[in-house]
Amino acid sequence: MSIRRKRGASDSEEAGAALNGFRGVRGGGASATFVPSQAGIIRSLVSQIAELVGSEPSPGEPAAGEPTLTDDAFTGRAPGQATDRAGSDPEQPPDPLDDLARLLGQTGPATPPDDPVLARLLPDAYADDTEAAGDFRRFTEQELRNGKAAAARTVLATLPEEGGRVRLSEEEAQVWLRALNDVRLALGVRLSITEDFDARAADLDPADPRSAYMWIYDWLTFLQETLVRALS
Amino acid sequence: MSVAPAEVERPETHEEVVPDTPWVTIVWNDPVNLMSYVTYVFQQVFGYSKRKAEKLMLDVHHKGRAVVSSGTRESMEHDVEVLHGYGLWATVSHDK
Repeated sequence: MSIRRKRGASDSEEAGAALNGFRGVRGGGASATFVPSQAGIIRSLVSQIAELVGSEPSPGEPAAGEPTLTDDAFTGRAPGQATDRAGSDPEQPPDPLDDLARLLGQTGPATPPDDPVLARLLPDAYADDTEAAGDFRRFTEQELRNGKAAAARTVLATLPEEGGRVRLSEEEAQVWLRALNDVRLALGVRLSITEDFDARAADLDPADPRSAYMWIYDWLTFLQETLVRALS
Repeated sequence: MSVAPAEVERPETHEEVVPDTPWVTIVWNDPVNLMSYVTYVFQQVFGYSKRKAEKLMLDVHHKGRAVVSSGTRESMEHDVEVLHGYGLWATVSHDK
């Protein structure tokens, strides 16, 4: 498990986003304020989770052409778009993180069961009984997928593209917790996150494209932590 | 199918051994789930006190896994399904 430690102003804050996190509100629930780019990152990532688990986002979700992480931050291949933060260079050899983009964003509903991200989101229920695990999966996996897609849709429905102050009921906040966690699990698999996240993040060359994704992961960790605190 | 009795009371603490409830739910450690979140999930899903939820969370964290509930096979499968919904890595096991 992990714990989100406070860091100096050198990393996250510098990346240009206001970092307020969630606060509890009177009468239950939580609120937070997002700038448009933050809203865009979250909306893109939860959309990709919804797509990954095989359910299309409902109307009102990102339209084609809306910037997504698969277009810029993850691959650096958005035409004419600067990717300073990712430090991407079109001349560089293909980055293994292209896989992240592909697996998080570009797959259709028929995702191979051996996809490590999906395997983490939809784990076996029996560690040492393949037959029982298969039976369990047959009867429960679709509902688990539906639940994760529904959580993603709740985030999309409550987080405007333009950002702003988001006020969540307690129920919505609980759904947000799960949706943020799913995104972090997916990124965690793709970035090979370990419990010494802080040491690894500190060791990464800022020019390494992965540092941008590590920053996003760290920011989502912060958001989730503040949301847990707001609800506790 | 299950040979466990249809109705079993959950033990107060996870250390207690309940002879007639051979099925358990195990939560495994992973590097992504936040300690605060896991504690919160245990409280939400099982209705455990914060103290108990934190103790279980720390067991998972330090020992790599912990039994978080026990009972019939069906109820353990239900628990695992719910925990998977929260993104925890949980399995059902026959506690022989």
